[in-house]
Amino acid sequence: MSQRSQFGSERSPVVLIVLGSVGALLFVLPLVGLFGVTPWSNLVSLLTNEIVIDALVLSLVTSTVSAALCLLFGVPLAWMLHRVDFTGRALLRAVVTLPMVLPPVVGGAALLFALGRRGLVGEPLDDVTGITLPFSIWAVIIANTFVAMPFLVITVEGALASLDGRHEAAASTLGASQLTVFRRVTLPMIAPSIRAGVVLAWARAFGEFGATVTFAGNLQGRTQTLPLAVFVSLDADRDAAIAISLLMVAVSVTVLLVLRGRWLSGLGSRS
Amino acid sequence: MATLAGLTASCGGVDTGDESTVLVLAAASLTTAFTDIEAAFEAAHDGIDIDLSFSGSSAIRLQVEEGAPADVVALAHEALIDDLLAASFIDDASVFATNELTIAVPADNPAGISSIDDFADDSLLLGACAAQVPCGIYAAEVLERADIMPALDTEEPNVATLASKVADGELDAALVYTTDVLARPTELRSVALPSSDDLSIRYPIAVVDQTPDSQRFVDFVLSEEGREILAEAGFGLP
Repeated sequence: MSQRSQFGSERSPVVLIVLGSVGALLFVLPLVGLFGVTPWSNLVSLLTNEIVIDALVLSLVTSTVSAALCLLFGVPLAWMLHRVDFTGRALLRAVVTLPMVLPPVVGGAALLFALGRRGLVGEPLDDVTGITLPFSIWAVIIANTFVAMPFLVITVEGALASLDGRHEAAASTLGASQLTVFRRVTLPMIAPSIRAGVVLAWARAFGEFGATVTFAGNLQGRTQTLPLAVFVSLDADRDAAIAISLLMVAVSVTVLLVLRGRWLSGLGSRS
Repeated sequence: MATLAGLTASCGGVDTGDESTVLVLAAASLTTAFTDIEAAFEAAHDGIDIDLSFSGSSAIRLQVEEGAPADVVALAHEALIDDLLAASFIDDASVFATNELTIAVPADNPAGISSIDDFADDSLLLGACAAQVPCGIYAAEVLERADIMPALDTEEPNVATLASKVADGELDAALVYTTDVLARPTELRSVALPSSDDLSIRYPIAVVDQTPDSQRFVDFVLSEEGREILAEAGFGLP
């Protein structure tokens, strides 16, 4: 809407449209391919299978808990990275965003070395409390949070960077404590970005595979999320794998389209 | 006659190249043995380069069905090669090795695993392969015969990662091939199962793309030298 009025009736440069369309094809074609091989006639029976239901429930639960953890820890982390001046900040920022570029399997192995039963933290944890993280639902949630939180952190940090600080300065001048300023002024101003970040993090967690299978293993009803169910079915029962993939695409697109679309447009109208 | 001449010409064309390549898709459990066989074969055959690609046997069947440019396949399950035979991707296959299932435990066996009955113990961390891969099919059979309610904590999509989770001490025990334990002598040790001979874990090999070099590689695997390498890795010989 705003773009159309901004550029008026000027014609769009053809070269950008052509290149952009080629880029778009890369994302559209695989989906068309998936639709093309989908066994539509027995889709319902494939998707109401017990394995799929278990995996769907587990995926929804673990990615929602992960998104909540991302919110709880990710927003303060983004604030810290942006507002607190400390040595090693640039390095910490790089480490925090590392899971976005690291192969998830490597992340899963690293989690195992740290939190596994013979890991750096995992061994004392196991000795003292008897809690063993790997092969549990908590391992799935931790792996999900590990790969998903960077999406929330960079979204929120970007929003913090775009604030000019006048409102916060005014609140401080009026005697508000730093925590009050954060709660009452900063948070409401970056709320649209936080919501967008949570949705991105949820969607990333929902699709997580490599770190999960490495750190949490694969057991129906306990750690077998939808992506794992797709992976183990792919070689043996391709129709089932395709049906689950389609289910994942449907859920993810719905979430990204409905929630993120609405909140991001809300963000747009604010600026 | 013209066809023959053309064929010879095209063969000649290939031969004038420095090396011809044979792509071998092999079951993950063959990793150690086939890497050694590749070295021995290449040493004996100048100008033939073996490319090895290891993955789950079911994945290899799918790759061949989807048109992967494989020259030779070697799988851990006869039923999978039967599927390829039935669909005429291959003409015939030969069994070149056998394997057995065993209980792998960390070298110090901290949980004191002594038999398959321990797989019913909920307080232990136990693993097997997923039912979609051959080692999982065999594991399911072993557990069923033991007549226990298995308390598995993970069903790994691949036997190699399963073995390494035992080696790392994350699992107390897992059902893997004896060759997986022999491949990591310092980290793993075996707790024998009641004889698993009758599981008949047999490895078939077949030529997918009929070229002289593909056949040469298969012949080498079946030869005395190939058999020695397989035996060294702990495989049984048919």
